[in-house]
Amino acid sequence: MKQPSSIDRRRFLKITGLTGASFIVGISFSQAEGAPEILNLSHVAGSFELTPYIIIESTGQITIMNPKPEMGQGTWQSIPALIAEELCVSPDQVTIKPTSGEAQIPGQSAGGSSSVRGSYDRLRKVGASAREMLIKAASDQWQVPAEECYAEEAKVYHKPSGKNIGYGELVEAASKLEVPKEPKLKDPSTFRILGKSMPRPDVPLKVNGQAVFGIDAEVPGMVYASVERCRVFGGKLLSYDDSEAMKVKGVQRVVKAERVLGKNRYESIAIVADNYWAALQGRKALKVQWDYQGNDQFNTAAYEQQLRELAKSDGVVAHNSGDFDGAFATAPVKLEALYETPVVAHATMEPMNCTAHWKEDNKVEVWVSCQGAGIIKRELSTVLGIPQDNIIPHILFNGGGFGRRLSADYATEAAMISKATGKPVKVIWTREDDIQLGPFRPMTFSAMKAGLNADGKTIAFQHKVISPSISATNNDKYDKTKADRSMTEGISDQQYEFPNMKNLYVFADIHIPMAPWRSVTSSTLAFAHECFIDEMAAKAGKDPLDYRLGLMTKDSDAKNVLLKLKEVSNWNKPLPKGRGRGVAQYEFFAGLCGQVVEVTKQTNGAIKVDNVFAVIDLGTVVNPDNVKAQVEGGIVMGLVAAVKDGIIFEKGASRQSNFNNNKMLRINEMPKVEVHILANGGPVIRGVGEPGLPPLAPALCNAIYAATGKRIRRLPIDLNKI
Amino acid sequence: MAAFNLTINNKSYAIEADPQMPLLWVIRDLAGLKGTKFGCGIAQCGACTIHLDGNPVRSCILPVSAGTGRKITTIEGISVNSDHPVQQAWIEEQVPQCGYCQSGQIMSAVALLKKTPKPTDAEIDTAMQGNICRCGTYQRIRKAIHRAAELHAGQSKKSF
Repeated sequence: MKQPSSIDRRRFLKITGLTGASFIVGISFSQAEGAPEILNLSHVAGSFELTPYIIIESTGQITIMNPKPEMGQGTWQSIPALIAEELCVSPDQVTIKPTSGEAQIPGQSAGGSSSVRGSYDRLRKVGASAREMLIKAASDQWQVPAEECYAEEAKVYHKPSGKNIGYGELVEAASKLEVPKEPKLKDPSTFRILGKSMPRPDVPLKVNGQAVFGIDAEVPGMVYASVERCRVFGGKLLSYDDSEAMKVKGVQRVVKAERVLGKNRYESIAIVADNYWAALQGRKALKVQWDYQGNDQFNTAAYEQQLRELAKSDGVVAHNSGDFDGAFATAPVKLEALYETPVVAHATMEPMNCTAHWKEDNKVEVWVSCQGAGIIKRELSTVLGIPQDNIIPHILFNGGGFGRRLSADYATEAAMISKATGKPVKVIWTREDDIQLGPFRPMTFSAMKAGLNADGKTIAFQHKVISPSISATNNDKYDKTKADRSMTEGISDQQYEFPNMKNLYVFADIHIPMAPWRSVTSSTLAFAHECFIDEMAAKAGKDPLDYRLGLMTKDSDAKNVLLKLKEVSNWNKPLPKGRGRGVAQYEFFAGLCGQVVEVTKQTNGAIKVDNVFAVIDLGTVVNPDNVKAQVEGGIVMGLVAAVKDGIIFEKGASRQSNFNNNKMLRINEMPKVEVHILANGGPVIRGVGEPGLPPLAPALCNAIYAATGKRIRRLPIDLNKI
Repeated sequence: MAAFNLTINNKSYAIEADPQMPLLWVIRDLAGLKGTKFGCGIAQCGACTIHLDGNPVRSCILPVSAGTGRKITTIEGISVNSDHPVQQAWIEEQVPQCGYCQSGQIMSAVALLKKTPKPTDAEIDTAMQGNICRCGTYQRIRKAIHRAAELHAGQSKKSF
């Protein structure tokens, strides 16, 4: 590893606010060299892009930089833990700071359940490198072999003599050392942090009101804005009259702005005021004329009928193995079914918001809840036409992300409003803005086919997805001739051994913006896939769980998940009449989880969801309690999407607007959830944030079938009217 | 605009505001107490829950004028050192995920325990139904409320 020789500390002092001596270890992603390189950044040139991960000051202060925004998924603990474990410091000895896109490196965003699995080796190596350098600094000073020394609780100890020295006192010496070529990682059996249910450092801040979310940002001289946008997607601004709005006490200005979401550009009108309430009142008094461009003819019912028509076409091939057409044609037993799911909104508890300050020198500073500093830099630079170096994002705690905050439309718009007013401005979306304006999770329809032989064995299987494409609603260069991988997510990757399988994708155009939503398309495709497997089991007269196991003759993690589920859910213990249990599992890019749901048909006919047993396979686990929390959360979100309101468009706009008509699960509807983690090592580390979601809807609907004999093929359902 | 004297967390605030301005925005933007959150604006989600003379109310629909002469308590006012049994239980059970709704959840839980120091599951359901958590922490909220009741019984010092 190279040791940069020239010294340019100015950049670092600026980034870190450091004043005294310090020891800084980071990573370089200089592209020419391929793999990331661990660097001693204490005395480094600013000629390539750098990310400091560890900063140890002579005072003993230890700072770990965290590139993965905390949105509830636990990265405020799990990411620094990777470094702290190897650095041999306890969590309470560390100050965590979010990165602000200081360097244009990949990875300053959280999504795809990728934070921990994508950082596990890399960040442990960073911590181990720093630890070895600190040990070397101490052993040099004591003139003893480094092998006789070890590190613990931010100190280096000399084993034979028992003497010790704090990291702060080693800063000067360590900063002059070379980075070890092959830092030795700790043996997992000696871990003190990783693999343990450690308390999350953000939790105490979230019980006393001290956690600062994007909406809580305060900037001197700040004004507030509420923004009027067309409810009908694709509407164009004809005219507006702000004379009444300007009469509202506290309203300062009314300015035009624009919301940019991928290829979509939506005109908007911002009411800028002394306080948010005044901005809202001004907005109510604003008179706007929109030209809907005919988009007010759009409605969900008609669009769904189009999808049903499209289901008859072939589309493009996403997967083809064996001879599906031949096997299906000759199969003695055939099944076909169409499954339908709704559009849903993300509805993070913290509505979209951003505080932006466009300064005179074309530097833009933003304070925002967003899933990545990298996203803010990239999007603001692209949309506003200013260099990335001019953009300073401050990423605060996200009041929920779920994929919504992978977009930065709210931030670019706020920056434009700040530019127009010349002041720092806090833009807050109302809940109605948040629910009605998208982007949304797309609906997917699934046309399923299976051919069984006389023994009930599956010989042909087909999952055809008919849906809008997330990518097409955002990208002008969408290629309709190729199967959309994101829209066919997971359907060809299950461990079921189908000898003849042909999966298809039928593209359906839509003008409404769509986006990833926690567990993306698996959140809907798993419903069709796993309910249909249940239909096949029923047709074959087999137990649904045993039927699945019968389709998995080879060992696999998915098979282990099912076996574990069978055990923890007491699957073989019969339930009384009126109760039923259902099973589902789904493996996709983010990970693998299986669930058993138990329901009761109550005397009034309503279905009560009693219990959910979940088994998530991770390979390696960093924080078991947090994993359980994430699976509990995924189950709730999956349940909301299955049994509460979807988004229905009428006359071009969302009929749902707030929590009164876009309902969420409440505490009285919460089933008992039991989460089991499989973490048996191995090379694969799977994700945590999303996999708990997809199996819920199919396991629930399979349970309803077991309890009532009624097969559910369309979501959402009303549990009171099954 | 009108002048209001508000007592928030036993501290006096002289506020100039439109009488219709909801207490939520007065508390957040004029008194500068940011722990109380905006979630829906129509009293559906409970993120803005505060206590008015000890009773839980939705500050997003309550005009500032309704707060005068009353004792207003926000999340910042329920303890000095986060040592309220509900806060302790919330930490023990690691309840929050994103945390945005939790100020409101805690305010509702504190109000429940004041009236019902040992609530049943059904009583928890009734008292907490107005608070939405999108992250799905309900199971832990329930557990933490039972735990707070235990902690408080163990301390047996004062009322919640």
